[in-house]
Amino acid sequence: MRTTRHARWAVCAMALALATAGCGGGGDSGDSEAVLSASWGDPQNPLEPSNTNEVQGGKVLDMIFRGLKRYDPETGEAQDMLAEKIETSDSQNFTVTVKDGWTFSNGEKVTAQSFVDAWNYGASLRNNQRNAYFFGYIEGYDQVHPEEGEQTADTLSGLKVTGERTFTVKLTQKFSTFPDTLGYNAFAPLPRAFFDDHDAWVKKPVGNGPYLVESYTRGSQMSLRRWDDYPGDDKAENGGVDLKVYTDNNTAYTDLLAGNLDLVDDVPAAQLKNVKNDLGDRYLNTPAGIIQTLAFPFYDPAWNTEDAKKVRQGLSMAIDRKQITDTIFQKTRTPATDWTSPVLGEDGGFQDGLCGDLCEFKPDEAKKLIEEGGGLPGGKVTITFNADTGSHREWVNAVCNSINNALDNERACTANPVGTFADFRNQITDRKMTGPFRAGWQMDYPLIQNFLQPLYYTNASSNDGKWSNKQFDDLVNRANQETDTAKAVGLFQQAEEVVRDNMAAIPLWYQNGSAGWSERLSNVKLNPFSVPVYNEIKVS
Amino acid sequence: MSDRHEEPEAAIAGTSMGGAMDLGVDEAESLEKRPGPDGAEPEERPRSLWSDAWRDLRRNPVFIVSALVILFLVFISLWPSAITSGSPLKCDLSKAQEGSRPGHPFGFDGQGCDVYTRTVYGARTSVAVGVLATLGVAVLGSVLGALAGFFGGISDSVLSRITDVFFAIPVVLGGLVLLSVITSNTVWPVIGFIVLLGWPQISRIARGAVITAKQNDYVQAARALGASNSRLLLRHIAPNAVAPVIVVATIALGTYIALEATLSYLGVGLKPPSVSWGIDISSASPYIRNAPHALLWPSGALAITVLAFIMLGDAVRDALDPKLR
Amino acid sequence: MGRYVVRRLLQMIPVFIGATLLIFLMVNVMGDPIAGLCGERQCDPATAARLEQEFGLDKPVWQQYVTYMGNVFTGDFGTAFNGQEVTELMATAFPVTVRLTLIAILFEIVIGVTLGVVTGLRRGRPVDTGVLLLTLVVISVPTFVTGLLLQLLLGVKWGWIRPSVSSEAPFDELILPGLVLASVSLAYVTRLTRTSIAENRRSDYVRTAIAKGLPRRRVVVRHLLRNSLIPVVTFIGADIGFLMGGAIVTERIFNIHGVGYQLYQGILRQNTQTVVGFVTVLVLVFLVANLVVDLLYAVLDPRIRYV
Repeated sequence: MRTTRHARWAVCAMALALATAGCGGGGDSGDSEAVLSASWGDPQNPLEPSNTNEVQGGKVLDMIFRGLKRYDPETGEAQDMLAEKIETSDSQNFTVTVKDGWTFSNGEKVTAQSFVDAWNYGASLRNNQRNAYFFGYIEGYDQVHPEEGEQTADTLSGLKVTGERTFTVKLTQKFSTFPDTLGYNAFAPLPRAFFDDHDAWVKKPVGNGPYLVESYTRGSQMSLRRWDDYPGDDKAENGGVDLKVYTDNNTAYTDLLAGNLDLVDDVPAAQLKNVKNDLGDRYLNTPAGIIQTLAFPFYDPAWNTEDAKKVRQGLSMAIDRKQITDTIFQKTRTPATDWTSPVLGEDGGFQDGLCGDLCEFKPDEAKKLIEEGGGLPGGKVTITFNADTGSHREWVNAVCNSINNALDNERACTANPVGTFADFRNQITDRKMTGPFRAGWQMDYPLIQNFLQPLYYTNASSNDGKWSNKQFDDLVNRANQETDTAKAVGLFQQAEEVVRDNMAAIPLWYQNGSAGWSERLSNVKLNPFSVPVYNEIKVS
Repeated sequence: MSDRHEEPEAAIAGTSMGGAMDLGVDEAESLEKRPGPDGAEPEERPRSLWSDAWRDLRRNPVFIVSALVILFLVFISLWPSAITSGSPLKCDLSKAQEGSRPGHPFGFDGQGCDVYTRTVYGARTSVAVGVLATLGVAVLGSVLGALAGFFGGISDSVLSRITDVFFAIPVVLGGLVLLSVITSNTVWPVIGFIVLLGWPQISRIARGAVITAKQNDYVQAARALGASNSRLLLRHIAPNAVAPVIVVATIALGTYIALEATLSYLGVGLKPPSVSWGIDISSASPYIRNAPHALLWPSGALAITVLAFIMLGDAVRDALDPKLR
Repeated sequence: MGRYVVRRLLQMIPVFIGATLLIFLMVNVMGDPIAGLCGERQCDPATAARLEQEFGLDKPVWQQYVTYMGNVFTGDFGTAFNGQEVTELMATAFPVTVRLTLIAILFEIVIGVTLGVVTGLRRGRPVDTGVLLLTLVVISVPTFVTGLLLQLLLGVKWGWIRPSVSSEAPFDELILPGLVLASVSLAYVTRLTRTSIAENRRSDYVRTAIAKGLPRRRVVVRHLLRNSLIPVVTFIGADIGFLMGGAIVTERIFNIHGVGYQLYQGILRQNTQTVVGFVTVLVLVFLVANLVVDLLYAVLDPRIRYV
């Protein structure tokens, strides 16, 4: 049965390559055997779950893995996937029970051990995993991943397998929403094949998701096919996905128009004006958990004074967010009015208008505030950004022009492009920034905690401006210990008000996810992480 | 090394930067074999290669047109405000991508800046990059090339190998690597980079020309009379070897201007608030469908400038090369 | 001849070492690549230190270079940041770029030389002036403008070709990118052939051949073209290396996953191993192409003998 299916796929794939004709037995709503092609970017790191920290690799993991939790593609709510139940009485010790009947696509059973092994692998310093810090709350992390020197343990002491399908997790502190973070890729289970023949696994990953990897030419293309024996409810409704690497999303869009590509999940800003004409209603633009801000170097004394606060507030009011999102982004961004994201929802902690007047375009008040604050440090500001990815150049120029127009000084603000992302990160890490710089944040999981703690907590991993505020830290600590979700969210919002009052970062806009597709596809959706929900796409 | 080997090596001169490849040692040679002074008018000063060339050029319409274009470019580079009243940094987003209208003949770009003003101001950067980079390349290249050609032997071998090393690095690639970490927003890094990777082209030509000139009888005679090396090089050889260098340099100038645009397209060229055609072309290129005018005008200005310099170089070469008379 | 080749090969060694050292230093100037690996986050110091160790970045530059070259001679070009062997990247990238370069060279030879011969034989006529102007325009418009325009017109507006190249990159899909890549060189080849033909047309041996009453075709092909091709061959030979390394722009526009693409990615991610490895091969190609060109001289011009 399986071999014939494989043969059919191969024939389908060839037929598709030759002509975009449909293939195989046709249902009227969609052909469950047909394969679609989608745009992709070359993942930066090997495709290990605890090593993938960017969207492109995340796309694949989302297709070939299922974890304990899964974020609902529409609401973003964390729902049990492989977890039968996760119990705790004190928000610090958790008992996890894994559902029965799940296997990896190579037939191996998914057990409690699969999770514990994967997490131990991810946390261990020896394995150089970029996402290791996700396991930082688990007891014993200091031993397997010390800040300096050799590791003194290979496994996390806080993880214990207590049965074939149960294990316990002990955290170093109370963290009431810990179970909700478990939908993140880093927490996926791993089969024995991963450990036994690691090189082979990385060349052709094996997971437990609705798709399996058929072939993978690194830097060029990955062919994923539906896994027919997938035990979950979210089976793939198409025959598979061919992910094709594009260096430039403009080319991907051009290919979509020419009929060489079925799905583009990042319509370039320059083409947004044409989308209606080109695609009609085959275009989607939905909110995603991404916020763009401008961070400040608080290690620079010029930016770390009471007066500088007024300058930051003034700069915020000098930016015409609405005009920029309308013109440059054709409304695919929404002017930000707080420091989180609308995808969290009111209950999740999103608060429309929290920023108030400070995020409104008021050029006269902006000018006054900056003058009160002693003017721009050194008479001008530069906005630093990396020019190699995204459409950052356009908006940074627009923000600068807006500030210049508001201050009536053509040279008040200059864009400062940095050639590569690596160099940009270097300058941030080495504390070389002298003025505001781009700080984008894409949520790891849809919790207000994820929008605040990693970015503004003292010495947090993404607190690039090195902002530090005791009041904020205290509120976050209290919120994490709070077992009642509503109360925890309330405390986080109070912490967010501290961010506002100090203008620790200027919120710019919430980023939407956008996608365009060919006439062959239907039922295309984007999840709150702006990744297409591939398994629900129907192909005709 | 026997002289036989010099020929093919010298003839590989001038590749890779895309400048006058058609100038090898043959032409350098031919320049030396020009007919001697005309004996018909004995009381006049002997007509030199240069006065001959100048007389030719004055009558060449191609030269006149390209020289006029270049003069105009130099003029607006020095005084851009003479033909535009706006500021290239004054941008109003509400006018983004709008077409031409009275007072704004070229329309607006994606940021709502006036394309006409930016195109006029962009000339300065492009001309500066072209002229300064060419000067640097010509000086460095001809000094090193002349030394290698004049002294020969070990110093020639060493210098020639160093030339090969720099020649072997692909230019665009070198630009990406070196310029991606530069934070300065002046034109100097771009110029420095072009000089660093551009000099071998001139160096090879200068070397070939010096080797040919060195073998002339009058040089041998001067040497026999006890002239010092520096005197030989400066007084006797250099004037006769400089023509091919000038020709190649003029043509290379155009390609350097285009190179700056390519580097900007790849995101490592000049940085704001510099105004350059390269920056404008690269920022307008994604909007080619909606606002082609924002791409067309700076591209057109760039093409005309490059064209003018290449045609000038062509005309100068024709004038300096008696074989083609 | 044999001794000449040996000597040239020996001369290549210092050039090869120098060029690779130069690119090694240049890439090192770009700074620490580790920071870019952790996304919008600071790498935790322990992992960063281990990564540096793994990629050998904790050692002084000269030591890194010596180790690297030692490995290269055993065929080990190192590993890219995504865990892939650089040789594996080369195995996928070089065939694509070689195809692209072949097409570009073919355009240069067929169109460039033909136009050059036609204009060279008809110097000063309208055909000559027209082609000359055209070549000037081609040279003066930057490649990426030509590429984007052709892609938009032929690929999207008129739908004649695929606007991008699929990952297999067969020959037929590479025709337009090959033309774009070749365009500037094509213009040079035309001009070069034209000058050369025009010069040689008045030479004694051609006059003799005509006087002997040889048919015009034979004179042009056997006598004129053969002698006029010397500078053209030089140019095309040196152009091979330039085309392969200079394809960064063309490969980017048409989404071709060749050498230029890998180099561009390598530079953006400051991936020393990829960049140095690819450039090392490009330098070799450049050196060998130059040698072959010099040897071709002897074939084309019997007056040149290598001893």
